[in-house]
Amino acid sequence: MTLNDLPTLTLSQNGHNPEPSQRTFIMKKSALLAAVCVPAFLAAAPLSAKTLVYCSEGSPENFYPGVNTTGTSFDASTQVYSRIVEFERGGTKVQPGLAEKWDISPDGLVYTFHLRKGVKWHNTNKNFKPTRDMNADDIVFMFERQWKQDNPYFKVTSPNHSYFDDMGMPKLLKSVEKVDDYTVKVTLNQPEAPFLADLAMEFAAVQSKEYADAMLKAGTPEKIDQEPIGTGPFYLVQYQKDAIIRYKAFPEYYAGKAKIDDLVFSITPDASVRWAKLQKGECHVMPYPNPADLQAMEKDPNVSILSQAGLNIGYLAYNTQKKPFDDLKVRKAINMAMNKKAIVEAVFLGSGIPAKNPIPPSMWSYNDTIKDDPYDPEAAKKLLAEAGYPNGFETDLWAMPVQRPYNPNAKRIAELMQADLAKVGVKAEIKSFEWGEYRKRMQSGEHQMGMLGWTGDNGDPDNFLHTLLGCASAQGNGSNVAKFCYKPFDDLVTKAKVTTDVAERTKLYEQAQVIFKEQAPWFTIAHAVQLKPVRKEVVDFKLSPFGRHTFYGVDIKGK
Amino acid sequence: MLRFILTRVSLIIPTFIGITLLAFFLIRLVPGDPIETMAGERGIDAARHEQLRKEFGFDKPVIVQYGIYISRVLQGDLGKSLITQAPVWEEFKSLFPATVELALCAILFALVIGLPAGMLAAIRRNSIFDHGVMGISLAGYSMPIFWWGLILILVFSVQLDLTPVSGRIDVLYYIEPVTGLLLIDSLLSGEEGAFASAVEHLILPTIVLGTVPLAVIARMTRSAMLEVLGEDYIRTAKAKGLSRFRVVALHALRNALIPVVTVIGLQVGVLFTGAILTETIFSWPGVGKWLIDAIFRRDYPVLQGGALLLGIVVMSVNLIVDLAYGLINPRIRHHR
Amino acid sequence: MTAETMEAPAVAAPTATPPHPLREFWGYFSANKGAVAGLIVIVLVVTVALLADVLAPHSPYATDTSIALKPPFWQEGGSLSYPLGTDPIGRDILSRLIYGSRLSLLIGIVIISISIVLGTVLGLVAGFTRGLTEIFIMRLMDIILTLPSLLLAIVIVAVLGPGLINSMLAVALVILPHYVRLARAAVITETSKDYVTAARVSGAGTLRLMFKEVLPNCTAPLIVQASLGISTAILDAAALGFLGLGAQPPAPEWGTMLADAREFVLRAWWVVTFPGLAILITVLAFNLLGDGLRDALDPKLKR
Repeated sequence: MTLNDLPTLTLSQNGHNPEPSQRTFIMKKSALLAAVCVPAFLAAAPLSAKTLVYCSEGSPENFYPGVNTTGTSFDASTQVYSRIVEFERGGTKVQPGLAEKWDISPDGLVYTFHLRKGVKWHNTNKNFKPTRDMNADDIVFMFERQWKQDNPYFKVTSPNHSYFDDMGMPKLLKSVEKVDDYTVKVTLNQPEAPFLADLAMEFAAVQSKEYADAMLKAGTPEKIDQEPIGTGPFYLVQYQKDAIIRYKAFPEYYAGKAKIDDLVFSITPDASVRWAKLQKGECHVMPYPNPADLQAMEKDPNVSILSQAGLNIGYLAYNTQKKPFDDLKVRKAINMAMNKKAIVEAVFLGSGIPAKNPIPPSMWSYNDTIKDDPYDPEAAKKLLAEAGYPNGFETDLWAMPVQRPYNPNAKRIAELMQADLAKVGVKAEIKSFEWGEYRKRMQSGEHQMGMLGWTGDNGDPDNFLHTLLGCASAQGNGSNVAKFCYKPFDDLVTKAKVTTDVAERTKLYEQAQVIFKEQAPWFTIAHAVQLKPVRKEVVDFKLSPFGRHTFYGVDIKGK
Repeated sequence: MLRFILTRVSLIIPTFIGITLLAFFLIRLVPGDPIETMAGERGIDAARHEQLRKEFGFDKPVIVQYGIYISRVLQGDLGKSLITQAPVWEEFKSLFPATVELALCAILFALVIGLPAGMLAAIRRNSIFDHGVMGISLAGYSMPIFWWGLILILVFSVQLDLTPVSGRIDVLYYIEPVTGLLLIDSLLSGEEGAFASAVEHLILPTIVLGTVPLAVIARMTRSAMLEVLGEDYIRTAKAKGLSRFRVVALHALRNALIPVVTVIGLQVGVLFTGAILTETIFSWPGVGKWLIDAIFRRDYPVLQGGALLLGIVVMSVNLIVDLAYGLINPRIRHHR
Repeated sequence: MTAETMEAPAVAAPTATPPHPLREFWGYFSANKGAVAGLIVIVLVVTVALLADVLAPHSPYATDTSIALKPPFWQEGGSLSYPLGTDPIGRDILSRLIYGSRLSLLIGIVIISISIVLGTVLGLVAGFTRGLTEIFIMRLMDIILTLPSLLLAIVIVAVLGPGLINSMLAVALVILPHYVRLARAAVITETSKDYVTAARVSGAGTLRLMFKEVLPNCTAPLIVQASLGISTAILDAAALGFLGLGAQPPAPEWGTMLADAREFVLRAWWVVTFPGLAILITVLAFNLLGDGLRDALDPKLKR
């Protein structure tokens, strides 16, 4: 197909040219010729700089992490911005960022941040040239934009600052003051141990106040979230929705220029296609591999697979307030009727380990002495008969419509469960809804059985046991979709929440897991392993425990 | 002639209003909550939810919402995407060229092969060639193109390693968008190999999307040619001793083209349907995929705006075909 | 993907009655080898669908993860007990295809029946009443035709919820305009003819005219359009299945099977190849049959 075909078409349509068909034929030949010759052209790719291509899974919503909730958006914006403090690369430890050092008052209420001097803003935007370095105004702006409803930027792009709100910032913050250009004092209403870690999260990315003011004046405030200017290791060069995000290393980055020169996100929603591109060297790193392709990936000599236990759980929740699952015997019977090992092997294909507890094994207080319910259809039938269902019953079985880190294919799991359940006489009908709708309906308890999962935010067992199984979240539209409210369990996790001693907490949580298993509000499916296929020429790519993809510090061999 | 054009154009207005109505009310029937979707995985508390509903005007009666929407549309404001907060028009503008490029190439592909194949089949009626062309084109017409795309990727990209798997151009080329059509932009950029890369990425999607139109055009051309070849004036021309080539190329083809042009015009709507599937398979960053995503994410403004803009495109093409038809064939004009 | 864009079947039906209409029809039809081939394939598919319980070697729902992704029998590792291999959770692909033929035929027939009945009624109404009703109906059909059919079908499924029945309704609605236009055109041609005028003069009511006089005379184009339309219907329903909006698992619908196994395309070619082939062959057969029917019923080509 060449451009020259265009005039040919017009000619033959008008019919003035006596031999349009002949010309068409010639064109066809040349098009074919071009098609044949193409691979030869490609050999001479224009490559001089060090370019790393990351096959990302989707388009970011925008470049303002304060209103984003998806990893996809965070990955896109995190390259551009810096935060007051940062997580160490590949870990959860907090280290200095835009703040060189900080003091915390003895009562834990006042944080004084001493900012780094001479931190430059990206200066490549067409419409705005920064005139000053990063200073305290920018830090204060970061807080106020998400905090103060009267800030002109509060509603820009979106007024829903999910993470800021979720981390309890509006209640926690008493005041944020600029002491001088390089000192900021934050006062809290009550002590909060994870406060620093919170500030290392994506939502606390620092934007330029000067840029914001200029855009406000120009009447295009949303520009700062679409053409971002940050102090991060890479600056944004080009973004084409659903196609590409192009960054270049920022030479004046405060910690030194990145080892690679160009960073490209090649947006590729299909996991198999991502793998095919990685295989051909069209990209170097890919997230979320298709479990089906893992076998081939392991065999490929050019690719290594980095893996890390994920902070997650995928489960099937029984609605414990609905018949027949209000009966413990039924829940136990169903737990025994389904072949967990076969399900995890067939669907996770090596990217998950069967789960027995509601928290992942890598988390402190994980109780390894607990025995999982065995796969035993005969015993299950007996239990069902005891519960008054000798011939089984009919139920629904909800399967998520989307692929999640903790569950690569809910529909396939549902099909396997359905087949297993049929063997003990239980007829399950698979149901699914649009993802937002699905979550909402599960949370309001419309299901009898339904699959869901959870990825931890901060690595605390409370974030799983209390959030997902406590009485408080069983009410209304809470996240306890099993609607499981069992006093002995709730007492334990509530007590653990207000206890500070870790040894004591560990005991309480271990006990809670025993009760969880006895009461069986969930069929725990699996803990997914975070797998990242990376080409061999990539040097020092580190997995983030939070599932982020950052490329500062990564190098690429050869070329 | 002017009256003919005016009648045609005036017919568009009710359709236009109909599309806005249909898109607007249909998507509001879809179960789901755009605010919930916007809030993302972490959910949203009830007070903020209510506040946002007010802010976006979802608390007003639907009729009022429609009125506001229409008045804004008439001022050229299609609203902003709920997910990305970018103006719908901007997003459409950045994605539409990819769809156009793909659709144009597919139509060209279909014409370049379909027209001559159909002509030759008609000239050699009942020959093996004729039966072959008709058989293949019927198979092409019966092709589930979502499957066809997968099979082509499997064979040409994965097994034979001849074509790239997806995307529009190799990511290593940095092409500043000028026209949005990468075939042109890559030439303008002057980067060596960029054009070839763009062509290479277009091959499979073009074939997939062009298959059905190709079949339709080949069959249409053949039957139109057969009809024309049987007409008196062709026999006269032959009797006058004109060469076979001149008869076919000059007289028969021109008249046979009339129905073919109509068919091409009608294929535009079909092309967009095909584009939705093709773009999904090849991760082609066009409007088809954009609209599908909008449906799944309850992005009201995008779906309304997108359907409206696509509707306008289809209507315009149909109108142009209609007018062209009137030009080529004066009889139509006088009938009205 | 609409059948309408093929050569539109001529509207006029034969007026003179030949001595043996059926025999004459069969004469024309059987001369067309393609059409006969299509008919044979369709008869085969129908037989397979009817005898699925007997023919299928396994249950289409029986899972066995220990034999997941077995290749077809001629490849290494395959076995004759699973002739076309197994899917990712160890179901026999052949058995699923066999049972799937029931669904596909059902889908085709139901969709076409809905749109023919509804389309004919709307078309007759539009053709007879003229005026505002006609304008309203035909404008509505124009709007449906202007939007990409798949997009509209997806929105309708989104409204109704994914599932086999809802996807059939959506496709039926999307292809409706073709039948409405066809029926209306036929009515307008027919009503100008003498026999209708005669009937009207002799005092026949509009309803009687519609169904007793005009309808039988436009059945030929409708039959042709229907047989071509079944193929469109099967294709569109499969496309919805492919996007995850059609029949829900574990139903062995061909498009859904394809979507379900898509991620294995690089590892196990058979899981995507066979369902696609099944769709292609069935659709092709219906198109061949439709072509043959048109040629046999269309007087213009009977030269």
